[in-house]
Amino acid sequence: MAIERQQVEQLARLARIALDESTLARTTASLGDVLALIDQLQAADTAGIEPMAHPLDAVQRLRPDVVTEPDQRAALQAIAPAVEAGLFLVPKVIE
Amino acid sequence: MSWETVIGLEIHVQLATKSKIFSGASTAFGAEPNTQACAVDLALPGTLPVLNAEAVRMALLFGLAIDAEIPKRSVFERKNYFYPDLPKGYQTSQLAEPIVGAGHIDIDLADGSSKRIRIHHAHLEEDAGKSLHEDFAGQSGIDLNRAGTPLIEIVTEPDMRSAEEAVAFAKKLHAIVTTLGICDGDMSQGSMRFDVNISVRRPGEPLGTRTETKNLNSFRFMEDAIRYEVERQIELIEDGGRVVQETRLYNGETKTGRSMRSKEDAHDYRYFPCPDLLPVVLEPGYLDQLRATLPELPDAKQKRFVEQYGLSAYDAGQLSAERATAEYYEQVVASCGDAKLAANWIMVDLAAALNRSELALAQSPVASSQLAGIIARIKDGTISSKIAKQVFELMWKDGGTADEIIEQKGLKQVSDSGAIEKIVDEVIAANPQQVDNYRNAAEDKRPKMLGFFVGQIMKASQGKANPQQVNEILLKKLEG
Amino acid sequence: MNLHDLTLAQTARALADKQFSSREVTQHYLDRIARLDKTYNSFITVTAEQALAEADAADARRAAGNAAFLTGVPFAHKDIFCTQGVRTSCGSRMLDNFISPYDATVVAKYREQGLVMLGKTNMDEFAMGSSNETSWYGPVKNPWDTGCVPGGSSGGSAACVAARLAPGATATDTGGSIRQPAALCGITGLKPTYGRVSRWGMIAFASSLDQAGPMARTAEDVALLLGAMAGFDPKDSTSLDRDVPDYAAALGNELAGLKIGVPKEYFGAGLNPQTAERVQAALREYEKLGARLVEISLPHSHLAVPAYYVIAPAECSANLSRFDGVRYGYRCENPQDLMDLYCRSRAEGFGEEVKRRILVGAYALSAGFYDAYYRKAQQVRRLIQQDFVEAFKEVDVIMGPTSPSPAFAFGAKGSDPVAMYLEDIYTIATNLAGLPGMSLPCGLVDNKPVGLQVIGNYFDEARMLNVAHRYQQVTDWHAQAPAGVMA
Repeated sequence: MAIERQQVEQLARLARIALDESTLARTTASLGDVLALIDQLQAADTAGIEPMAHPLDAVQRLRPDVVTEPDQRAALQAIAPAVEAGLFLVPKVIE
Repeated sequence: MSWETVIGLEIHVQLATKSKIFSGASTAFGAEPNTQACAVDLALPGTLPVLNAEAVRMALLFGLAIDAEIPKRSVFERKNYFYPDLPKGYQTSQLAEPIVGAGHIDIDLADGSSKRIRIHHAHLEEDAGKSLHEDFAGQSGIDLNRAGTPLIEIVTEPDMRSAEEAVAFAKKLHAIVTTLGICDGDMSQGSMRFDVNISVRRPGEPLGTRTETKNLNSFRFMEDAIRYEVERQIELIEDGGRVVQETRLYNGETKTGRSMRSKEDAHDYRYFPCPDLLPVVLEPGYLDQLRATLPELPDAKQKRFVEQYGLSAYDAGQLSAERATAEYYEQVVASCGDAKLAANWIMVDLAAALNRSELALAQSPVASSQLAGIIARIKDGTISSKIAKQVFELMWKDGGTADEIIEQKGLKQVSDSGAIEKIVDEVIAANPQQVDNYRNAAEDKRPKMLGFFVGQIMKASQGKANPQQVNEILLKKLEG
Repeated sequence: MNLHDLTLAQTARALADKQFSSREVTQHYLDRIARLDKTYNSFITVTAEQALAEADAADARRAAGNAAFLTGVPFAHKDIFCTQGVRTSCGSRMLDNFISPYDATVVAKYREQGLVMLGKTNMDEFAMGSSNETSWYGPVKNPWDTGCVPGGSSGGSAACVAARLAPGATATDTGGSIRQPAALCGITGLKPTYGRVSRWGMIAFASSLDQAGPMARTAEDVALLLGAMAGFDPKDSTSLDRDVPDYAAALGNELAGLKIGVPKEYFGAGLNPQTAERVQAALREYEKLGARLVEISLPHSHLAVPAYYVIAPAECSANLSRFDGVRYGYRCENPQDLMDLYCRSRAEGFGEEVKRRILVGAYALSAGFYDAYYRKAQQVRRLIQQDFVEAFKEVDVIMGPTSPSPAFAFGAKGSDPVAMYLEDIYTIATNLAGLPGMSLPCGLVDNKPVGLQVIGNYFDEARMLNVAHRYQQVTDWHAQAPAGVMA
């Protein structure tokens, strides 16, 4: 199943990935190939089948409400691209 | 031509757990930026969430308190969008299978009637961090301390029809969550945030297009924002325009609202069940256990206050709304034995003092035992009500018990009739003209003129003469 | 005998017997890596200094009488496991500068046992691939034929073990990424039951499919490595609390009476005939060992690849959203605004296959498509699982080819991504079902290895290892080394 360029642009925006002209063309083609593959699912008879989100038949374990993590700011911010006054910096966020 | 307002609320309530919903970092307010954001909260590669048991308990307790349907199983989903205060690029929330289903909260309206506001559901989710926009020269600074704090998002049906109803609901909800102890209720710290969905319509017509005004963190702002938006929508329609479905912000200081910078693409959150978390399934019997731990809720407490303490519905409502207030009140009553006096002192004098000093009850310099002490001394005649106010003021400023202050400042009421009689005689003797005027005045003019003598007597006794006795003796002497 | 001729188990025993020190054997491998890995490119980061320090510590521990069986044994970690203080790149430019501040649980467990980490192995970017051609650090060459791929995504781990640059390595498997490279490189690799090994610190690709597992030259080695990594971890909600058996203890059990299911769907079109012939030969070997072959059907097999290519991309599209240039990792130069920061950091930081899968995932989850794709795929997933559950009522293990053909040449799969996806046609279903699967060498075709896949029932790794071990006792495919590596 083919996918429209415009759909690919929309997806790229949702996924926050810039696609230049040539990449967009290539990606549109290859996405079409993958969609043709996954469209094979449509032929499957799944009436009445419960979707399976996990291979395990298990339930969520709960942890006790205890503070176990100390301040690790120095170590964790040592690898950050841009930090000032203990804050992560990004280009200005406009609401 | 009349308009009907239709209001639905979405309220984010921060749960008062010690650690975050999916990590062991602290949730304490006011820490230095990013000192309470661990690897999980920063969404480092390879990190995984584990669910906080207390967040589950608190959410379920809320469900029980609002008589909600509580399904046996609930599922976390990922709500995908990009924002710097959302480290994973998705928020772990719930959609198809929330932890608490449909319930209701009843509110009391000004006319004394009660209205049921239906809750559509409440779900668990994680809070995002904060963006700070000043001081960084064209950049924003991100603090992720708040990221991962557990929230329940409570969604109502659009059952409210006025700002008053919405505020009454909000206050009732506030009372419930603080009474349950699941939220500290400190709205200035962001513990409760309101989003208001508003539409207008002509009576009988289908629902109009609604707008959402986000992140209101005071009852006042919420009320103002609703009025503002209703007016805006009505004006817009009456001018021939159409309401656009949009998200808006309201500035409580400037009292203006605006549309949020519209996102280029409509939000497609692409929800799907979070594969790092398994379904939350309740053990049989857990809900019953939990139900047994429910504290007395505001409605029940109000009823009891009316019955037990003989208070008016209004007074009972005021005193039962906040857990802290109710506890304080009952402690005072238990100590001093006078429910009515206690009610008055708390609702009037204490409230005014707290307001003036901008303090919450929890920070009151006058403890319940101390206030009870004052009331006890009023009851046993040691001091008059007027002097009591003085004692209270001194206590507020410098602490101490009622007895200590009365002793130190020599404020004991003079109830010795002999002493009072002496003062009355002196005042009468010193003011012969006023005495004559009084004796010659008409019946109905006399009570007012009495005030002059009382004033003089009080002055002469530094306010300590027992007012009842003063009245009795004075009247006897003046009228013979 | 060269130190690198020894299997991992033999190395451990030799260390216990004090035939050589950990430092000696570690230095030996480091020298080989320095000399030979430029040919294979199986390592992204070699931690020579740290390895020697760990080796010395291991020797000291042994001298003090506190050594565990695996203490002092050198090995390599796939560069998908977070290693504190050491670059953890996941084969991507996005994490080229990421020095992990913490250890994955698997890493911590190995550290605690005293295993010596030689370095981090190369891999397909973010574990997405079946040929190790998508790595930012260049492709890995198959030691059996350097014009061919080693398989992926754990191509580096497979190649370094095959080239005798490490006696064992950790790896991960989401759709076949341990088994397929093990097959293509002629070594033994095992993907455990989902939930058997902790995913804490293992960079996530598709959370409900990913599992860590060992790669080495023998079933015995794999048993030892698995035992050291398996177990409950409270930091991973999907980790199961189940006892870890002594995997080595059952290796020698008799196979008489073992019922081996042979799915007819795994021997159809698309399977290289010579590969088929080698696998059939292996099955006959099992009959000689006393097993009985039972033809079974896994009727929904043909839906495994389509279902996987909805579920895995959907999960990864969300898992990779955290890579945004804000808190760590690659950030583009001079971002003009927030949108630019995100869009360019991710466009420049991610390779093409990763971007493609993120977009497929976004598509499958987007409004209007969720039911037709994501929900549908999850339903098909249950059907596939049910096929296995039914089959395991009749048989003890399931066997077949691991991969449709031996190692292919670089670039052979061309620009059609689906051709590459079909490499995993026999392995993917096990991940969807959460079952354990392994591959062991069972022959050579044109001097390139062929792998036999063994699929076990839930938590039946001990039996699978036993089944593999007995085969390895009567054959020597697993002992064969590619020409040129023995020097």
